[in-house]
Amino acid sequence: MAKSALLKSSIAKKVAMALSGLFLILFLAQHFFINSTSVFSPDTFNSISHFMGNNPLVQFVFQPILIFGVVFHFVMGMVLEIKNNSARPISYAKNNGAANSSWASRNMIVSGLVVLAFLGLHFYDFWVPEMVYKYVEVNPLDETRYFAELTHKFESGIRTAIYCVSFLLLSLHLWHGFNSSFQSVGFNNKYSKSLHTLGYAFAIVVPFGFIFIALFHYFNH
Amino acid sequence: MKLTLKIWRQKNAASEGKIVEYPIDGIEPDMSFLEMLDILNDELIVKGEDTVAFDHDCREGICGMCSLFINGEAHGPDRLVTTCQLHMRKFKDGDTIFIEPFRAKAFPVIKDLVVDRGAFDRIQQSGGFISVNTSGNTIDANTIPIPKHDADRAFDAATCIGCGACVASCKNSSAMLFVSAKVSQFALLPQGKVEATDRVLNMVSQMDAEGFGNCTNTGACEVECPKGISLENIARMNREYLSASLKG
Repeated sequence: MAKSALLKSSIAKKVAMALSGLFLILFLAQHFFINSTSVFSPDTFNSISHFMGNNPLVQFVFQPILIFGVVFHFVMGMVLEIKNNSARPISYAKNNGAANSSWASRNMIVSGLVVLAFLGLHFYDFWVPEMVYKYVEVNPLDETRYFAELTHKFESGIRTAIYCVSFLLLSLHLWHGFNSSFQSVGFNNKYSKSLHTLGYAFAIVVPFGFIFIALFHYFNH
Repeated sequence: MKLTLKIWRQKNAASEGKIVEYPIDGIEPDMSFLEMLDILNDELIVKGEDTVAFDHDCREGICGMCSLFINGEAHGPDRLVTTCQLHMRKFKDGDTIFIEPFRAKAFPVIKDLVVDRGAFDRIQQSGGFISVNTSGNTIDANTIPIPKHDADRAFDAATCIGCGACVASCKNSSAMLFVSAKVSQFALLPQGKVEATDRVLNMVSQMDAEGFGNCTNTGACEVECPKGISLENIARMNREYLSASLKG
């Protein structure tokens, strides 16, 4: 089979979407682990953040891969959404989607766009100042600044509220996306039930953990 | 029972359609949904109006000919039944019932509630078969040992009647449940393995060419399928397709 045919096929797009989603889930897990240290130990949080912000492998290999992964997941999601909408030019006068599927599964584009908008704010809050600090102003290394920068952002009630709402939508996105990814790559067997439980647990623990961290710093600033 | 029917009327494929309201009375709870439409058509004939066109054949739930999107669900609100096996006791006196054709770009409306599901036939023709000599020297299929578990799963997949409810229910108009059932019923059996690579590549290629959408695993197809075809088949087809692509 020609490779071009494989890349154009609906199943290949579905698998690419799933693999990029699973990659982002891994990233989310490590991000959650690092952020959770800010609740227990500011020094640990500073040390890990300093390592992540200055290690060449993380900065110049993992970070570009991550940004590519986010952009790819978004672009592919939009391409599939447009294609899928065009597959039904005339909508039903009455469509009872709730009778056969979850809200989260039918509205991945909605939750995905909210998470994407949140990423824009998140980049503006942390990534852009970090790039300016290191590569524009070329400030000296300071291993103790990260915790203060984090808590400073959560002094704003509006920003904290936006973060919390975004994480709720992330939870819904993961609620369907985690298990859907495994189905897309062809994983459906006797272990699927356990995997579904793990997926639902991840979709609750990680986003609500992020909400806890945001509220913790808001109420303790 | 007294009901208000809101039915999609469309003269032909080229014309624009619209929902038309029909009040109907004297419907018995034990009538089938199609019998209720027969009564409506009798009334329309008496009035000298054009009858409502809808697909039907065996009226026993096995041929896959009847369709209809009833009150927002393919084959109506009941589970594991086709429209011909749906009974009016599932509705209440005074209900308003929306009746629409299965909607998808790949299923163009021919007239009223009748759609062209020829896309499914073309997908089947592209690989949904096994090549065997049927000239007289056929070997009894029972001479080939097949694990019971595989035989059962192949049979379950083969119960797909190709009605198109999966496409109609899917928010993306995806045909993957149908195609995966047809791929699985052969892929699970030794007779089907011989042509498995070409089969899945050709059937998926034809499915894409017909203009169906992509599966996003909402699971609506499995819930609305009158034969209970499982999503497990879609996962199997994904595996078969990826494996075949790497081989080919």
